[in-house]
Amino acid sequence: MKARVLVRLKPGIMDVQGAAVKRALAGLGFSELNDLRVGKVIDIDMNEPTPEGARARVGEMCRQLLANPILEDYTIETVDDLAPRGAAR
Amino acid sequence: MRFGVVVFPGTWSDCDFHYVVSEVLHQPVRYVWHRERELRELDCVILPGGFSYGDYLRAGAVAGRSPVVEALRDFVAGGGLVLGSCNGFQILCEAGLLPGVLTRNECLQYRCQSSHLVVENVDTPFTRGLRPGQVLTMPISHGEGKYYADAETLARLKQHNLIVFRYAEADGRITKQSNPNGSLDNIAGVVNPEGTVLGMMPHPERASEAAMGGTDGLLMFQSLLGSLVEDGSFLKR
Repeated sequence: MKARVLVRLKPGIMDVQGAAVKRALAGLGFSELNDLRVGKVIDIDMNEPTPEGARARVGEMCRQLLANPILEDYTIETVDDLAPRGAAR
Repeated sequence: MRFGVVVFPGTWSDCDFHYVVSEVLHQPVRYVWHRERELRELDCVILPGGFSYGDYLRAGAVAGRSPVVEALRDFVAGGGLVLGSCNGFQILCEAGLLPGVLTRNECLQYRCQSSHLVVENVDTPFTRGLRPGQVLTMPISHGEGKYYADAETLARLKQHNLIVFRYAEADGRITKQSNPNGSLDNIAGVVNPEGTVLGMMPHPERASEAAMGGTDGLLMFQSLLGSLVEDGSFLKR
């Protein structure tokens, strides 16, 4: 099973990195931006046959290491194939 | 007093701490490799600054789950003293041995400069030789030193007097200008409720000899030595 974890700063936590990226985009002419926040993607390939089992184990990984609960929220997706879906280049 | 200085891959202040303990304080000290689990013969374990394990994922996150930090839990439960400076503070927070977390400096810049700290709590072995309100000068050197905790934790820190140092002006006034990284309430260092685990972003080891530009950091080490009583136990205050 493959799993994808998205780690984001909680709402209300100031994202200085996102603010800097937003300023840079505004400098490139993207004046329509209201807000921009930077997060992390963690792709996991694991020996776990079921989505339920994978979600439980990855949830444990998030609680123990992958996210800091003071600052960050996380979401877990389990997918058969983590090849980019709808990715544009 | 027997000191241990923990070395992770990427630690950079280990030699500075080792030098101050052995050459300035003339106390026994040894390096403790990050895979070690045996700390029992030590009185005080120092977690120095640097970029442990490259600070991958989050500053101090991987180190906070390393074998030596797991062993530190038993060491602390047994009354051992722990001083974490800079990355050491980040590691202690990530390990849950201290509350809160250190995040990216609000200015987004790495700050390497002298800072003034006002002493808020002298009821710890690390600060018992200091006066409340005393201003210390020591360097900071970090990119992720903005202390953050939720409102409930901050209230608890205040209620139990667990904030040890706050960034201040040279005269001790707490101002926004004297806050180098955007830390909540200008917090530069906090201690556990038992007073035995201190984390701070500034570098006392870089202010421990006149040749370094100041000796205010040495006052903390001298407090520590003064905390050791004859039977080998420690005064909490």
